[in-house]
Amino acid sequence: MPARVSLFVTCLVDQLFPKVGIAMVEVLERLGYRVDFPEAQTCCGQPAFNSGYWAEARAVAGHFLDTFRACDYVVAPSGSCIAMVTRHYHDLFAGDPARQAEAARLADRVWEFSRFLLEVARVEDVGARFDGVVTYHDSCHALRELGIKEGPRRLLQQVRGLELREMEIAEECCGFGGTFSVKFPEVSGGMARTKIDSILRTGAQTVVSIDSSCLMQLEGTLRRAGAPVRTLHLAEVLARR
Amino acid sequence: MSAIFDEKIRKVAAEPALQRKVYAATGRLMDHRRQAVTEAALPDYQELRARAHELKKHTLEHLDHYLEQFAASVERNGGQVIFCETGDEVADFLTGLSERRGARLLVKSKSMTSEEIDLNERLERRQLEAVETDLGEFIVQMTGERPYHIVAPAMHLSRHDVADLFTAKLGVPREEVIEAQTMIARRVLREKFLQADIGISGANFLVADSGAVVLVENEGNARLTTSAPPVHVAVAGIEKLIPRAQDLAVFLKLLGRSATGQALTSYTSILSGPRREGELDGPEEFYVVLLDGGRSKLLADAEKRQSLYCIRCGACLNHCPVYRKIGGHSFPWVYSGPIGAILTPQFQGPLHEPGLPFASSLCGACAEVCPVKIDIPKILLELRAEVKEAETRAGANRLERLAFQMWAWAMTHPAVYELGGVLAAAALAGQEEYVRELPGLVNAGPAKAWASQRDVPAPAAQSFRDWWRQRRGGRA
Repeated sequence: MPARVSLFVTCLVDQLFPKVGIAMVEVLERLGYRVDFPEAQTCCGQPAFNSGYWAEARAVAGHFLDTFRACDYVVAPSGSCIAMVTRHYHDLFAGDPARQAEAARLADRVWEFSRFLLEVARVEDVGARFDGVVTYHDSCHALRELGIKEGPRRLLQQVRGLELREMEIAEECCGFGGTFSVKFPEVSGGMARTKIDSILRTGAQTVVSIDSSCLMQLEGTLRRAGAPVRTLHLAEVLARR
Repeated sequence: MSAIFDEKIRKVAAEPALQRKVYAATGRLMDHRRQAVTEAALPDYQELRARAHELKKHTLEHLDHYLEQFAASVERNGGQVIFCETGDEVADFLTGLSERRGARLLVKSKSMTSEEIDLNERLERRQLEAVETDLGEFIVQMTGERPYHIVAPAMHLSRHDVADLFTAKLGVPREEVIEAQTMIARRVLREKFLQADIGISGANFLVADSGAVVLVENEGNARLTTSAPPVHVAVAGIEKLIPRAQDLAVFLKLLGRSATGQALTSYTSILSGPRREGELDGPEEFYVVLLDGGRSKLLADAEKRQSLYCIRCGACLNHCPVYRKIGGHSFPWVYSGPIGAILTPQFQGPLHEPGLPFASSLCGACAEVCPVKIDIPKILLELRAEVKEAETRAGANRLERLAFQMWAWAMTHPAVYELGGVLAAAALAGQEEYVRELPGLVNAGPAKAWASQRDVPAPAAQSFRDWWRQRRGGRA
């Protein structure tokens, strides 16, 4: 019997980009997984944690731990939210060994989507087809907190019809940074414009990443600049046939 | 954040030429570093970083021991160590020394510690002339500015700016060629070196077992500062100690490469005491002024203590996308960039500039390149929590706290969370995927700030969970 996979779609995808969650369901089912969606899920707590409101973040993180306690595999379309759970819950729950232990137990079972495909499902070619030139944006938390660099590129390289073209500053931050984007809008916007200059120089029509938050920042900036490039989450590319 | 910080940031945002200059200059330093730490150029780079981190950790955990050992070593070499709590005490010592020596003119080589205590201004108030001899520092001393960057103090000025400055301040004919400008500075500074009564340097490292002051530089001015005048005073923070001379092998391999991509800088001076009998050069008197200046307060925090491991290479500035946009002078204290963002609140208190730890996208590029592996993002997160605690105590920012309390309530009550989503979707119903201009009702606060820079994603007409329920219902 195929394994059961529980989706954590993230609050951002649930409310703003449901198509990313739908694409993830499509790919995982194609690979034979039974997919479920624990409906009590909301957010991982990162917005409050990064804003200095740790008591509020703890409440939301506790809700996350309770929601996914019984799951074998939790898969999310975000490196940032996964890093929050695997890297930061420990610090957030300092002084609460019971929650720290729960977080540690869950940390081995939560997976960023591309890493789940490569390391659990052990597939590189998911049978996708996407005609066009794409460039890949390394999201900072996936890259530097989870060490995800080559994996998403390997998955993209297996997609029929797809040409992957690297930009010069793939590893440079898009400027999103959660509440940073609205606390320091000029700085955040400036960082995004620097990034899209590099994206445009590749000649790609599509920017792909594994975090919808970066893509929201990039797409908003691309549209504001009147640039013809659009963004897609890796799951959306892999769902195409 | 404070209005001043906000204003400084907006000012730089309105200067694209300056932004381009800083972006390009830091980009060159990034390239140089990258080439200097490749697997081929420095195979044990990661091991060196880990070793450097451990050495700093060990030293700071046993700082009392190493301070005593260092003081004893310096005295054995014929020098003297002066412990100072504050900048005032440093100035008092230098004033007393100047009186005893009948000194008027002091030459200085680069020292961030002296910037930290505004040493030049303090000396001027006591009728002593202190002249910066590092080229970049020489320039910003004339413009009356703080160093723009730990390693490149005049990064924000072009050769045209320097031409104007030299003509105005030094009365020399206008000279646009950098090499010629350097010769002008050299001519002026040579005179100062020859006339100076006291030379003040910083210290990159203080070696406990041998009592040595180690200086790393490219211009030779630090070597002149410490050898031409009859008295040498090194001013440094207590965290500059390292246990043994052999540990230099670790730090020197990392410092030049991380700062400028150099395997070694042009000059590395290891100075241990005044001139001895039979020696041809070196000062008659040798002092090391060790400044606490709030450092022992930082040492009390086992986690954030690592902020003091910093060896001032400037790599975190060069790699910081925020520094590269807002530049060095937007920061509220002498230390800029990521290291400044973690040092300033700890030295000056969390509310000195409450916005500072938040002026980061937490991208982590700083920690990735830090040669002593300071976990800057982690410390920023802790400092953010400290700012919020301090604000709550001070009764500040109540609306934001309330907003996060309501948010947490919604996020722990899925039905409320879902209702919030439905309402947000209704507010932008019928819009395109992305919205250029927000309707008046929602064009406020964070949404307005977002829309000032980029188009706004409209909430989906159907959330994922709604789709999921429908699909499950359809299948059932």
